[in-house]
Formats: sequence, C-alpha cells, structure tokens
Amino acid sequence: MDTKNYISRYTPNTSQQKNEMLKDIKGVNSLNDLFADLPSNLVNPQLNLPGPLSELELKNELTYISKLNHTPGEFSSFLGAGSYRHFIPSIVRQITSRSEFMTSYTPYQPEISQGTLQAHYEFQSMICQLTNMEIANSGMYDGATSMAEAALMAVRITKKKRIAVLNTVSPFYIEVLKTFLEAPEIEIDIIHNSNSLSPDTACIILQQPSFLGNLEDIEQFSNLAKKNASLLVVSVDPISLGMIKPPGDYEADIVVGEGQALGIAPTFGGPYVGIFATKEKFIRQMPGRIVGQTVDTNGNPGYVLTMQTREQHIRRDKATSNICTSVGLIALGATVYLAALGKSGLAQISNLCYEKAHYAANLIDSIPGYQVIDNGLFFREFVVKCPISPKKINTLLIENKIIGGLDVSDQIENGMLLCFTEMNSKKEIDHLVDNLKNIQAK
Amino acid sequence: MNSHQIPNEHHIKQQSLIRKLLMDRSQPGRIGAHIPQSDVPKQQQLPNKYLRKELPLPEVSESEIVRYFSQLSQFNFSIDHNFYPLGSCTMKYNPKINDEIASLPGLSEIHPLQPEESIQGALKIIFELQNLLAEITGFDSTSLAPMAGAEAELAGMLITRSFHKNNGDTHKTKILITDSAHGTNPASAVMAGFDVISIPSDKNGNTDIEALKAAINDDLAGLMLTQPSTLGLFDTNIIEICKRVKDAGGILYGDGANLNALLGRIKPGELGFDILHSNLHKTFTQPHGGGGPGAGAIMVSKKLTPYLPSPIVQYSKDEDFYSIYTPKKSIGRMGGFHGNFGALVRAYSYIKTLGKEGIDQISKNAVINANYIKSNLEEYFELPIKRICMHEVVFSASNFKKHNGIKALDISKRLIDYGIHPPTMYFPLIIDEALMIEPTETESKETLDYFISSMIKIASEAKQDPELLRNAPHNTPNSRLDEALAARKPNLRWQKKD
Repeated sequence: MDTKNYISRYTPNTSQQKNEMLKDIKGVNSLNDLFADLPSNLVNPQLNLPGPLSELELKNELTYISKLNHTPGEFSSFLGAGSYRHFIPSIVRQITSRSEFMTSYTPYQPEISQGTLQAHYEFQSMICQLTNMEIANSGMYDGATSMAEAALMAVRITKKKRIAVLNTVSPFYIEVLKTFLEAPEIEIDIIHNSNSLSPDTACIILQQPSFLGNLEDIEQFSNLAKKNASLLVVSVDPISLGMIKPPGDYEADIVVGEGQALGIAPTFGGPYVGIFATKEKFIRQMPGRIVGQTVDTNGNPGYVLTMQTREQHIRRDKATSNICTSVGLIALGATVYLAALGKSGLAQISNLCYEKAHYAANLIDSIPGYQVIDNGLFFREFVVKCPISPKKINTLLIENKIIGGLDVSDQIENGMLLCFTEMNSKKEIDHLVDNLKNIQAK
Repeated sequence: MNSHQIPNEHHIKQQSLIRKLLMDRSQPGRIGAHIPQSDVPKQQQLPNKYLRKELPLPEVSESEIVRYFSQLSQFNFSIDHNFYPLGSCTMKYNPKINDEIASLPGLSEIHPLQPEESIQGALKIIFELQNLLAEITGFDSTSLAPMAGAEAELAGMLITRSFHKNNGDTHKTKILITDSAHGTNPASAVMAGFDVISIPSDKNGNTDIEALKAAINDDLAGLMLTQPSTLGLFDTNIIEICKRVKDAGGILYGDGANLNALLGRIKPGELGFDILHSNLHKTFTQPHGGGGPGAGAIMVSKKLTPYLPSPIVQYSKDEDFYSIYTPKKSIGRMGGFHGNFGALVRAYSYIKTLGKEGIDQISKNAVINANYIKSNLEEYFELPIKRICMHEVVFSASNFKKHNGIKALDISKRLIDYGIHPPTMYFPLIIDEALMIEPTETESKETLDYFISSMIKIASEAKQDPELLRNAPHNTPNSRLDEALAARKPNLRWQKKD
C-alpha cells in the first residue's frame, strides 16, 4: 500500500481542515505545540510496526491465518470441559450484530439505553428462572471469575476466611480461585467428600455436573453447609438445566456458571458470560452490574442500572468488586438464545446431549481396553480410561479429522474426558468409536 | 398535539406493546427454534430425584423475537448512530471489517483446549498482538489474559504484590492513587490486598508533588497514575513522580484508559512506567456492546515479565511452532481460558489495518479535535484548568448551577434532544459539576461544529428557559427515570402477575 501520503480511512479531517482547526486553538501555532507538555527527548519515538493494509489485503491475510487452525465443523469435535459447541439459531448473531446494541456503551444514560437495559433485565429474569434463584446480575466476565467473585462474596457475608472446594470442580476454575484469593489471604481447602469441614468455612463450592461429567449429590453438601453455617455455591452448566434439577431447589446461596453454551460460539475461550445468581437477602453484597425496573417522571415503566452504591465508580476502595466493563453483548446473545429455544427447545437440546453421550458411553465401554468411569449418573460428559495415553490417541484421531477429548491423565490414569452435544451426529459418534477400536487394535 | 400524530391512547398502546417482556408475550405452543429429533436409540433416563419438574422459560415465535429485539435496539444510542463524546470511554468508530474477521469460522469456532498443533493460527495472532502492543507502548512483554481494563488493573496490582513479596519486601503494603483516577484503581488495589492512599492534584491538574513526598515511606508498594489524567491533561510532573516512586522501591503503574492520546507520540514504557494496561475496547476499537465484552492487555518492564498472568504465547523459530506457557513466577490465571480472544482478533485487525502510518495519526487527530472543542466552548462553559488538553477536555457547569441551579445533568440530558450522546458527567470527582468531553479522532470537523453550536445554544437556553433543560430529554422512550426508587425497591426480574 502507498504509505507516502497515507490517510487513515477512519479519520475524516483533511489537512486543510486540520489547519483551520489549529488556527482556532488559542496559544498554538502548530500540531507539535499541542504535545508541548510531553518530555521533548521522548516525543515521536520510532515505531517498529508494519505498514498499513487495505481491507482486501487484511482479509486475505487473516483468512489465511484462520485456516492454520483445525476448525470444529470441518473436524468432528468431542471437546467440552467448560466450553461447548452448540447449535446457534441465526437470529442470535443477527440481533447481537445490530450496531445499536454492538456499538453502544455501558448504559449510563438510561433514557437512550432502554434497549440494552430491558434486554439485560430479560437476561436476569431468565437466569433466575433457569437456576430457580431469586435474583441475578447482568453477567460477569466468565464462569471462572463468577466463581471467584462468589467466594469473595461468601467471605464478606460470613466473615469467615476459608473456603472449601470440591475436588471435582474444574482445575482451571480452581486456578482462578487461587489468583483471586491469595492476596486477601483466604485459604482454599480442596475437599473430597462431605466428611470434614473447618468451622471457619465461608462457603462450599461444587460444580454440577462436575468437571469430569458426573452428577453430584448436592443435597448432602447443602445439609453440610447449613450445619456448618457456610454458604453453598453451585457452578452450573446452563444447558443441563433444561433437564436437571436447578440449584435453587437445593437452597443454594449463590449460583454461578459459564453461560457460553447459551448461544455463544466457542471463540477460543472468550468472550463468554459468567452467570451470577443469589438470594434476595444478599443483594447488597452481589458484585457486577444490576438492572432494575423503575418509573419515569411521566409514570411510565423503564429500566436503569441500580444498586450502584456497591460499585467502584461510587465506592472506590470500598466497592464490592472492581468490575466496570463486563460482557453486555454476550449476555444479550444468551438472552436471545434462551428466548428462541424457550421452554421446549432447551429441554430438547438438553435431552439430545444426554442421549448422545449415553449412547456413546455404552459403545465405547464395550471396546476391549476402554473403560467408561461412571455410574450412569452423567449428563453429556464422561471419562474413559484408554489403553494408551490420550495424547497419543488424539494425535491419531486428528489424522482422521477428529478432535478427541481432553487429556485428564493427571487426574485419572490414561483418562480422556469426552463431550457430546446435539452437534455430534450418530454417524460422527460411530466414526469416533470405530477409530478408537482401531487404535486399541494397534 | 400535532395533527399528524396518532391519538395518544394509541401511542400508549404501541409503547406498552414494544415494552412487553418475553414472559408476558409467551403463549403455550409457540416455537422459537426447531430442534432435530434424536438419531440415536433411546437411553435409560436419570433417576427422578435429579430431574427438574418445570422449566419456566418463554414460548415465543422466531419472528416475534426478531421484532421485539429490533424494536428494543432502536431505544439505544450508539456510536454508529451519532456523536458519542463520552469522556474517558474513547467511543471511536468500530471498523466493520474487524467484526467480519472475528466471525471467520477458523477463529470463532475453535475450542480453547484443542491441541497446540491444531490452533497455530490463533496462537500466531496472540503472539503477534503481544509484540505489537509491547512495541507501541514501549514495554518488554505483554499478557492478553485479562478480560477487561479493571481485570488488567487487578493483574497489575497482583504483579506488584508478588514482586515485593518475592524480594522479601512484605512491608510494602501501600498504593498511592491520584484523586482524579478511575474508581476501578482503588477497587483493584484493595482486591490485591493493598491499603490505598489518595494523593491530591495540584492547581494545574498534575499530581501534587508535596503531597506525594509526604506520602512516600518505606511501606510504598507503588503508585497508580492515569496518563494523561482524567482531567484530559498530561501530568508534567511525570519524571519527578517516577524518580520518587522508584527511589522508594515502588512500582509505577500506568492506567492506559487514555492511551489514545499518546499513540505514536510517546511510549509510556520509556516514560518510566513499570506496568501499563490498555483497554482494547477503547483504544483498539473492540465495540463496547452496551457494557462489554472488553479486553485488558497488560504490558510490563523486563523485571516484571516473569510475573505476568498466564497464558502467554511463545514462538520457536527453529520449529516454526507457537505454544502456550506460564511464566515462572506468574500470578496465575485470570479467567477460565485464554482471555477474550474475539476482542484480541479485532484489536489485531485494527493495528494491522492502520499500521505504522495509521497508528501515528490517531493521537494527532484526537488531540486536535479535543482542543478545537475546548477553544470554541471555553467562553460559554467554565474551564477549571486552563491548559492545552490532550484527547479530552473537562468543563464545569458550576457557573450555571450558581446562577439558576442548572446542573451538569440538565445540560447532558438536553444534549440528547440535539441528537448527541451526553459527555461523562460528574467525573472526575475533583471537578464540581464536571462535563468530560472526548471527541476521538474519528469525528469530522462538521460533526464537531454541530456539537459546538448545540452546546452554545444549550448554554443560552440554560439562562433563558431553564425548565427546558430540567425536563429534558423530550423525545426519548422514557423521560428521566427514578433511580432512587429503583434502589429503594429493587425490581430485578420478571414476576408472574397474580
């Protein structure tokens, strides 16, 4: 591209206009005068950057780079472990691409942000309905940070300085808990069952279904939490809630979870949306943005950001969290998804995941050398013990255009965590099973 | 009423139809999406105790969902729609090509836990963006793990904490923050376990050096400085601040929310900052999405590189292979996976599009635009600090307030009637009745002239017809909303009407 007289297509003012404007600016004779406050020995540094690209060149280059990836869809994929591939109705992307939603800021001026605000009120409502909780916020960065914020909230409420995390919670999430809890000196106890619990425990955190796919017996932990005056925090997979009993039914105090499966493309891990719901009595300790309904000066209903006195821009060092920019557009996508699937659709998707995973588990378990580790109580993910290392299996599978499951051999010997959704056809599953058979035979 | 308008009762009907919530639109049997039948044999069901009894979600048709959200969208003001001079938020044009690139299946469909050999393209983008940002800002290394500016601040504060702890300096527990800083700064420092001391600004809007000297002790862990400040001014005490903080063994943290003003003009790393975060959704055009998603890059000097949050992408030239690694003394993971990749792709596309020549033009245009507004409005609005500004200018409405009680809020709301988004109001907190205006580089002189003439007109309306401002805005779906009621009687979700 010609760089000599380069003018960015994103900056409309011509040289002539800029000169006119400079004449209007008092005390300034040239552009350089505008930057006179900057230390003169450091101004206008060398920028070692490539030259500009036209849109056509950019698109060609990025399309090429994108094709260096193996893309699920072209490959059949059985990876889950916190990020899921689901059917996304076309209206989700169409609506979230509307520039009125996409290119607006956080709704600080409610009179001209009712679109975002009402949509987020819908999101909060549907998250409450899905989890059977009393209140929800309009989303956190992702499921892992939601969990970390829930732990901090439980500490604020109970004034206790330890938390207990079930060892079947995602190891990625546990790492995030460590990042967030080290500075405030909150101890993390990794527990294996409900036997031992320090009386100084602010909350018990569990994941339903667990990281390895199994359904936990929430009731016993709920009872334990009550007995110990600890809060119960449950991390959910929202797709499973189309079928499985919601945490509100077990009197969970805080429900968190990764909302990505609700109509958001996997996108190499983000942006996603963290679910955060709790009981009404904890409202003033809840982090994140919250939308509330109110009335205007004419008595008409409308929506505003509310409970802002908890937040950093008002409370500064005494805020419940430092969250500012969150994931508004992703929450909108999840809202449209839930509206589109609705009552019957989400139940059907949930059921399809369940049926396919159980179909696959039965077949894989019957291959000599492979053993599915479960008691039948799983939703759409399970661990299979393989005859050789999962890493090797995955390398062989990729040659046949299959992205295999997650290697969890650090937790279970030769364990592979497989995931099934409505996107995996019977044909794909049978193909996977055939490949695993062949690998076993080698 | 104008005779062309529809009767009032119909207007009310129309509005209440648009505002009707999904659950109130629900009719048993309506379908929003068809799900295919199962192609596998029926499996044994879960025991009843695990199953939910009812699923209270709406039943709405696809066509109705599209109409509902399209109508809602039109209640929003957006940067595509018109001028959005929201100070410190850098509401610049969001290039459409970036959204298209981010939607490429090879970038949007990939799973974060795929084997490295199957995600070389994604890792290449992250690796190159790490380097591009380090080069633009003058630092040794970058982590793209934080998912927003505030999370990058937290990462920076945790790095500061780990660095001191690692050196045995556990007595370093105090973070100094200027009183013009964003609220996220003190909130993030506290989350990282620090005590926060606020440092005042002097009459020129710089950090008050005498107050700084008095606050610096052996317990100093670091100082958080927004450069240029939220007053829109370059802190000319920077060299001295840097020297004093470093002599006391502290870390100088730069809040890069206002980085747009400096692009190509100066590298914050060369100014002496140890850490800088950049909000990729401001300076590097990830669309704001009505409150996110964003992405927070964090850049650090060499001594802090081993502490960066994971994951970092490295490249082996010999093997021509990109891989993920966790730095030796890493503060850990900031999120479930690798940060907001979708936002990183957009920032990468943006920097590649502009290149060296384009990046160089951003700050020049942004700063001319802000000073042009300043010069044309300073005889109508009080300018608390009279200096050349950077990318934004902060006026005060205090003269109006004294005269007849008209507030920054009233001026802001009236601006909506003129089709312009209000500036940031009441921030920074140290300016009474603040109106903080950031035009950005993507606005034309014609737009700025319209804005200036609108502000001048509002200034005269404020004196002649103050009620016009107090009742503004006049043509929005809602008039001013009762925020006190919303907080006093929280109504945060749909409830079944009895």
